[in-house]
Amino acid sequence: MKFGIQVNEGPYTHEASVSALNFVKAALDAGHEIFRVFFYHDGVNNGTRLTTPPQDDINIVQSWSELAEKHNIDLVVCVAAAQRRGIVDEGEQERNGKDANNIAPGFRISGLGQLIEAGIQCDRLVVFGD
Amino acid sequence: MSTLHTVNKSPFDRPSLQTCLRLAGKDHAVLLFEDGVYGALQGSTVADTVKKALDTVSIYVLGADLKARGLSEDKLIDGIKIVDYKGFVELTVENDKVNAWL
Repeated sequence: MKFGIQVNEGPYTHEASVSALNFVKAALDAGHEIFRVFFYHDGVNNGTRLTTPPQDDINIVQSWSELAEKHNIDLVVCVAAAQRRGIVDEGEQERNGKDANNIAPGFRISGLGQLIEAGIQCDRLVVFGD
Repeated sequence: MSTLHTVNKSPFDRPSLQTCLRLAGKDHAVLLFEDGVYGALQGSTVADTVKKALDTVSIYVLGADLKARGLSEDKLIDGIKIVDYKGFVELTVENDKVNAWL
């Protein structure tokens, strides 16, 4: 079965990011496909590579990046939510004249159309967060 | 057509569980996870509402989130079933739609 996942909370807001990660891993273990994970609202904070949690903490951003690389998962950050929260890729850096970018490996910035597409293409859309 | 309803916030934080139970259709499934697991406990102010809902819907609770809060299984309202993440995924497959009560 094809799954779309929506994450609406940052990695340090509540538990949604970890719940979503656990769900995605369990779905992959069961042989399902993760079509896309869409990060919306504060969920875009899952996509900054500059996060530096203590070494004995779970590194949620890195966990997403590793999962995306291993299973070829499309991690999409909502552009409007990202701009507000300072999540920037190279293209956005250039377009908005910023001095740096911080998007984590495996993530890309795109629009809400990607969420709509996931809703249409997937058998199930599962939403995590606030 | 059946729906899985997910509730991830405590019923003492916001009324999402109560709204969900009021609107969930017959034979739908409800999964309580994260702080939503507090809704599965005996003796709370929402326990009677949850017990009554069990007549028409199936209610599940995520075991890992119970354990994380130090809540033991014997404190659950009778009839609520414990699932792991594998069971969570299965519930989303068994039901045609998944609706998150945020």
